[in-house]
Amino acid sequence: MSIEVRMPQLGESIVEGTITKWLKEEGETVEEFEPLLEINTDKVDTEIPSPGSGTVLKIYFGEDQTVQAGTIVAMLGEPGESVPDSTAIAPVKKAPPTEKPAEAAPSPVKITSASDRFISPVVARIAVEREIDLSQVSGTGREGRITKKDVLAFIEAEPHTAPWEEPGSGELFRPSEEVYGSKGLPPRSSSARAGSVLPITIIRKSIAEHMLRSRKTSPHVTTIMEADLSRVVAHRSEQKASFKRDGVKLTYLAYFVRAAVAGLKEWPIANSSWADDGIHLHSKVNIGFAVSMKEEGLIVPVIKDADQASLLGLARSIEDLASRARDHQLNPDEVQEGTFTITNHGGSGSLFATPIINQPQAAILGIGKVQKRVVVLEAGPDAGNRTDAGHHSDAIAIRPMVYLTLTFDHRILDGAIADYFLNTVVSRLENWG
Amino acid sequence: MAEVTLIEGIRQAMDEELARDERVFIVGEDVGPRGGVFRATEGLYEKYGGSRVVDSPLAELSIVGMGIGAALYGLRPICEIQFADFIHPAFNQIVNEAAKMCYRSNGAWTVPMVIRAPYGGGIGGGLYHSQSVEAFFTHVPGLKVVVPSNPRDAKGLLKSAVRDPNPVIYFEPKKGYRLIKGELPEEDDLLVPIGQASISRQGKDLSVFAYGMMHYYTLQAAEIVAEEGIDVEVVDLRTLLPIDEQTILKSVEKTGKALIVYEGNLTGGYGAEISAILAEKAFVSLDAPIRRLAGPDVPAAPFSHPLQDWFMLDVSKIAAGIRSMAEY
Repeated sequence: MSIEVRMPQLGESIVEGTITKWLKEEGETVEEFEPLLEINTDKVDTEIPSPGSGTVLKIYFGEDQTVQAGTIVAMLGEPGESVPDSTAIAPVKKAPPTEKPAEAAPSPVKITSASDRFISPVVARIAVEREIDLSQVSGTGREGRITKKDVLAFIEAEPHTAPWEEPGSGELFRPSEEVYGSKGLPPRSSSARAGSVLPITIIRKSIAEHMLRSRKTSPHVTTIMEADLSRVVAHRSEQKASFKRDGVKLTYLAYFVRAAVAGLKEWPIANSSWADDGIHLHSKVNIGFAVSMKEEGLIVPVIKDADQASLLGLARSIEDLASRARDHQLNPDEVQEGTFTITNHGGSGSLFATPIINQPQAAILGIGKVQKRVVVLEAGPDAGNRTDAGHHSDAIAIRPMVYLTLTFDHRILDGAIADYFLNTVVSRLENWG
Repeated sequence: MAEVTLIEGIRQAMDEELARDERVFIVGEDVGPRGGVFRATEGLYEKYGGSRVVDSPLAELSIVGMGIGAALYGLRPICEIQFADFIHPAFNQIVNEAAKMCYRSNGAWTVPMVIRAPYGGGIGGGLYHSQSVEAFFTHVPGLKVVVPSNPRDAKGLLKSAVRDPNPVIYFEPKKGYRLIKGELPEEDDLLVPIGQASISRQGKDLSVFAYGMMHYYTLQAAEIVAEEGIDVEVVDLRTLLPIDEQTILKSVEKTGKALIVYEGNLTGGYGAEISAILAEKAFVSLDAPIRRLAGPDVPAAPFSHPLQDWFMLDVSKIAAGIRSMAEY
């Protein structure tokens, strides 16, 4: 009878090990307890004794391969005995992700995606009955198995795991694409129904890791102001045609980048990064902007030296980077070295949001939907920039308004400085020209 | 309520049944003036006389054969087999005659007989005084097989067995005769129905099925692991034949895990039947492989004490089995 050699679990928290050396080759004989291979985990290096005596029939994982604890790494037995060609459990670490995310996203609908954990009959039944996505359930059983308790605790903790299938009534509960039109919002994928599992793509994984890390790294605070875009709108209508002649689409985003640059120039502390040795003020102003790749995720190309570019230059960079981002044609250095980020969540109808900081930056500016609203124009000597000359009493007007939200790292910026910065941005937009 | 030993529950049952029904009599080796080798019949000879408490020759075949004949004649025999290890000479009488009588006579004749037999090891009894033989008999339709694990059930089940119209084999965990104590309610006529398991400890993490001495150990093991946060449900099977499937299935539907503990050899043992029932009827409730914890497949209990310790299940072995299953 053949004997399985498994990657041992050498400590409570150690779930994988790397084979550093095989001390026996296929075909060699080994005695029970004789060292068979050497492994390395993040904590220890050790020799693994053979679990039995026999001939090494098959070695499944070579040197430098990392596998989960419990994985069969070799089979021993009598010469000539047949053993499986491969083991069920795949190595943990795959080759570096050189393939495009789109290709790395097959759409199998199966019970688990990330691992080949055994699903017991009762867990399988509960998952079907309660429409539980088992990939969301963490296992506390042997080798990470999802126990009945785990799945019941999961149901207890999250009674509404199914996606938005039965929306409530009223404006508040309507999906934003209904409220604001379907611009830009992808239709819900049929494979996202309850009970199915979407595999985690590389891009999804990196977004997830970055967002979690950012939340853990920076104390996030969000401040919100609004800006009257009358002058920006007027300027854009004036200039659009001439930009078009130059082959460039003039978007509002170019204006916001320009206004953000003005804010960063006036408040350089907003263009910085926290580090152990101090707050690094960046000499360059490289502004990233979030580009949605719809269901695939999002990516943040960076406009390098945004402070050196004209509005035309910014508009051209934005158009170029955004279109290549959607086509997966960005070069790696075009998504790096950002010092500040803008996210235009208004494009999908959102009025204001509380974005997550793009680490290691100090702040992120969220742009809401530009919306005509009724505003009060105040009269008097201290009246703001919105007051049209010649008015001597308060007036009501319809203006294209936008909410600007600044999420900042409270380690670096305090509320007042953040507001000063945001005021500068608002002021630049309101006084365009 | 008075706390009494398990064997006292057995003695009281026989005393009460002898007093209640003059058709009841006891037959067995040394059951008379000696009061039985374990003193189960102590004082009964003096109270009811030699025609109701009858010493037999050292011949199990004849004890059971006599019992069957008397039962067919309308009496209510309680046959004592001194050690279950010696029941095998009577196997033919039990399996071919007693068990089949009702069926064979199309219900015209039944054998209302009880066979009491002390079973089980861990008492330094070696080959001939340690066996658990219940699985031979749970394979036989027409028999009822009962194993009490506390004084109350011992009394109530034995009284029910005496009144049962068909043959009942009543196995007594002899190691627990004086070790297992419990309260015995002073009821006039305490009867525990045959065919019902009892949940002796409520729990939610896993179910342990046991009977007799192993049930006693399992309750102790459950208390130990409870301190480690493992909440064990213990089911005392009490009647092995007919099987109380409902209680067994209900427990596993609740906990998702089943450990079956029995003292006899693993292979072909009684736990295999429980395991099969669960696999067939509770599959979609299972959260772990069903496991049997049983005696080893060796021919007999060793006499050497260290080897006997290896051979016998005990509280710590059961606790280890529970932990392993809880952790799965």
